[in-house]
Amino acid sequence: MTGTVVTITSGKGGVGKTTATANIGVSLALQGKKTACLDSDIGLRNLDVILGLENRIVYDLVDVVEGRAKLRQAMIKDKRLPELQLIAAAQTRDKTSVSPKDMVAICDELRKEFDWILIDSPAGIERGFRNAIAPADRVIIITNPDVSAVRDADRIVGLLEAEAKGPGQLVINRIKPELVRRGDMLDTADVLEILAIELIGLVPEDEAVLVSSNRGTPAALLPKSKAGQAFRDIARRLLGEEVPFPSMDGQEGLRGRLARMVRGGART
Amino acid sequence: MTSLLDRLVGRNSASSAQAAKERLKTVLLHDRTDISPGLLQDIKDDLIRIVSQRIEIEPSHVQVRLTQEGREHRLVADIPLPAPSHRRRLS
Repeated sequence: MTGTVVTITSGKGGVGKTTATANIGVSLALQGKKTACLDSDIGLRNLDVILGLENRIVYDLVDVVEGRAKLRQAMIKDKRLPELQLIAAAQTRDKTSVSPKDMVAICDELRKEFDWILIDSPAGIERGFRNAIAPADRVIIITNPDVSAVRDADRIVGLLEAEAKGPGQLVINRIKPELVRRGDMLDTADVLEILAIELIGLVPEDEAVLVSSNRGTPAALLPKSKAGQAFRDIARRLLGEEVPFPSMDGQEGLRGRLARMVRGGART
Repeated sequence: MTSLLDRLVGRNSASSAQAAKERLKTVLLHDRTDISPGLLQDIKDDLIRIVSQRIEIEPSHVQVRLTQEGREHRLVADIPLPAPSHRRRLS
């Protein structure tokens, strides 16, 4: 088996890298693919709590790098999904505890056992980012439809091109269709025109993401969550399926707009 | 105030999303090319000075800008020439 390493990164913090990693990982596992989620955000680990596996960690990534544990001992099985495993970041160390070379070596071992290895990158463009992209076969860039997240995503695209890691594929996360419709949020076409890279996912804002993170049950496990559906779609696209992108611009057609105007008119 | 037509088409050209898009495009051109607005101005001043040594031009009509097509970028100088009757070669 030769697994594919996908690094999930963004430049900016707080745009949803960890949520995306957890949910894409869950979605791949739901498709029966052996998947490892690797948290490379050393010192600020969170993938464990988002996946609901925080109480099961004995050894972490740095323990493996420093030889205190075998890779297998640091792999935490998800009881809900036998195909999914987590390797946690160390919480009390920093990014320099791991080198890009270490990441490549660990991923080369994981490739033998897994179909997919997802790396949750830290924010920023320094050592942690370099570690996260070193072993990547593919890169997914997460952004939000706002000026700072898009600007940072563009910086990441430039850095990836300089490292010959491709332009990467884009996920636009936390889209609010109602704001897009009002003209107060960049729409999909705007972001794609600006960044000029390939799209792999559109994820609407969804309260279920916060609720599911409270519980440690990723939204991809909830059949009715819109964000969960969007993450499951991303996994299918990773697997090579053609999945159409749903409209995220809140357009409801002429009839809907007329109806809304009539309602609005009646209110005033 | 959006016009009835704009509301029917569901679009507003003065929207904040439009402002975001225009501002992002400009800032990313400078980010990607590492050419700051100040450097662009210096290049423009140099161009005007050098071209003016050879031909007469109107400095206020000169435009120097960065353009983008996909992820490719271009430095474009647009220097209008005066009408032939008014043109005078400097030597």
